[in-house]
Amino acid sequence: MLHQDVQAETKARPNARKQGSEEAGRTTEELHALYRQMIVIRYTEEQLARSHQMGLIHGACHTYVGEEAIASGVCAHLRADDAVFSTHRGHGHALAKGVSPREVIAELFGRVTGCSQGRGGSMHLFKPEIGLMGTSGIVGPCILQAAGAGYSFKLLRSDKVGVAFFGDGAVNNGAFHEGLNLASIWKLPALFVCENNQYATEVPFAYAAGNPNVGNRGPIYGMESVTVDGNDVLAVYEAAREAVARARAGEGPTLLECRTYRTRAHSEGMRDAGYRTQEEVEEWKTRDPIKRFHQWLLENQEADAETLAAIDAEIKATVEEAAEFARNSPWPEPDTVSDHIFS
Amino acid sequence: MRELTYVDATREALDRAMARDPSIFVVGEGIGARGGNFNTTSGLYTKYGPERLCDTPISERGFVGMCAGAAMTGTRPVVDFMFIDFILDAFGELVNQVAKMQYMSSGRLKMPIILRGAIGIGHSAATHHSGSYYPIFAHLPGFRVAVPAIPSDAKGLFTTALHGDDPVLFLEHKSILFNRGEVPEGDYAIPFGQARIARAGADCTLVAIGSMVGKTLAACDKLAEEGVSAEVIDPRTIAPLDMATILESVHKTGRLLIVDETFQPCGVGAEIAAQVIDQGFDDLDAPIHRLNGAHVPTPYSPPLENAIVPQESDIEQSIRDLLAE
Ligand SMILES: Cc1ncc(C[n+]2csc(CCOP(=O)(O)OP(=O)(O)O)c2C)c(N)n1
Repeated sequence: MLHQDVQAETKARPNARKQGSEEAGRTTEELHALYRQMIVIRYTEEQLARSHQMGLIHGACHTYVGEEAIASGVCAHLRADDAVFSTHRGHGHALAKGVSPREVIAELFGRVTGCSQGRGGSMHLFKPEIGLMGTSGIVGPCILQAAGAGYSFKLLRSDKVGVAFFGDGAVNNGAFHEGLNLASIWKLPALFVCENNQYATEVPFAYAAGNPNVGNRGPIYGMESVTVDGNDVLAVYEAAREAVARARAGEGPTLLECRTYRTRAHSEGMRDAGYRTQEEVEEWKTRDPIKRFHQWLLENQEADAETLAAIDAEIKATVEEAAEFARNSPWPEPDTVSDHIFS
Repeated sequence: MRELTYVDATREALDRAMARDPSIFVVGEGIGARGGNFNTTSGLYTKYGPERLCDTPISERGFVGMCAGAAMTGTRPVVDFMFIDFILDAFGELVNQVAKMQYMSSGRLKMPIILRGAIGIGHSAATHHSGSYYPIFAHLPGFRVAVPAIPSDAKGLFTTALHGDDPVLFLEHKSILFNRGEVPEGDYAIPFGQARIARAGADCTLVAIGSMVGKTLAACDKLAEEGVSAEVIDPRTIAPLDMATILESVHKTGRLLIVDETFQPCGVGAEIAAQVIDQGFDDLDAPIHRLNGAHVPTPYSPPLENAIVPQESDIEQSIRDLLAE
């Protein structure tokens, strides 16, 4: 079993990954789709943040700003019948799996048109029809459930994949240890994506973990693992391509650590001081995954500025319309509150 | 008397106990320098330092099991779960170890551990952050379960928890954490198993728990204008449960309604009703009524959330129904 630290290798040999897209087998359409996906997440999150300030969102609201490359890069390889299990910071995963901005925003507004019909809010987004098996208010279970999806898919002789997204905080939860071991011993078609943004609320990972490296733990559990720069969408995309192919081929699970950073507060409206410096936040903003990819696309002549500006404008309009739709959507009827407790 | 918020009252109790007893320590997520998600420990970190205000990883089963071992070996852990829903990840440790240890060791081991957290429905916290669970813990031998409704009771019961040698579930409803009320200064302890008569009355007995106490009192104020004299009892602890005070009241009023946000099936109201039927059957002039939160996981959207929690108007109607029996 191997651990590959792509991030460290890139640092050591900065030119090694400067291969052209053709060489890597990527089409211009794929690249544009990645860009578009990240913009959908960014604009939706910014809309949600504004809506939160206006009092349109009722519970907590954890945004994914700064981490868009991860969901976008991973989900680009997933089909609607692959199963994604997510966390409290799950808007990006939902959008990347194909839930529309309308359904996400309406859900946070508590409306019946939301993807959970208003029952869930930010932390309980569901659209199993397209493989969004749920975001979660509890840290940890997604890891075990992705292993469980892997078990189903193996038993059913399908080539589907179970994917868990989780933060660095979940790595210190027993679910991580148990889930990875179970997936490993049965070679389950699963992908464990750790979004290491360095903090669990305000607790630094360096404080909370005796071993501050996540990506190199794969071999300990008997599985392949990779560490990538989570703000580099192409690095995520390439690592995920390999991991998903491995799972589909029946060659077992992968642990993928994506090093990243959340540039907004843990949750909207929460204080964001006292545990990290403003300089640190500003420094990470210069590594913004969208800005970086935008520049990469121009430099590699994969897109011109007008094309990208047109995508931005189109998504901006889509998201604004989605917020309008959500705001005009009806509330759920109180007499439906007991529906669906049982099948 | 000076006023404090509910959460400040518990912090005062904790601070006083920690100043005196160096074996008390607190564990939880964000309870160190951050001072707790609900300000349960703010200011204490600078006073007592990182060993006694210990920020944990997100390892509920791990730190609960660890605290069980600590409690068995001479220290007094306070586990602060922020939202009590997270305690469920440690359920096995709690039920099989913490609750049974004193018994298994024939009383030679002590289990002085406090398990505290915010309970209850409100603010669209949705189903992973809205549970209360006290009927489950009250069902199990070995736990003390406190659900204070007002700041002074919060201080008094927390003080008792900090001085006892038993595992205590200390559950604080989110909607009342920042309510203010008169709180005695200095040492102030309230024994477990002593209900508080929150309002004296003659026509009916209303047992209300946690956040339902305030709502029930408000409903009674309204009905008093029509001449209804209701007695409101706040049990304060669910385990032990002060049945004597309830029975005495029912003896006087002949009518009983239990108002509780948690689920009706196998719940606290069912237990109280069964005991009143056992021991006070002849006092009853009417069937015992219960008003509970709906038996559903907690939905997010405000109109759904409102629909599942007993509101003041629901309580008022239930009192009318009871009196009409
Ligand atoms: C079992 C459990 N314990 C505690 C919490 C409270 N909580 C919510 S988010 C969070 C921090 C999570 O950090 P991480 O997993 O790194 O994700 P991030 O927020 O950084 O994306 C905590 C402690 C929870 N939701 N579930």
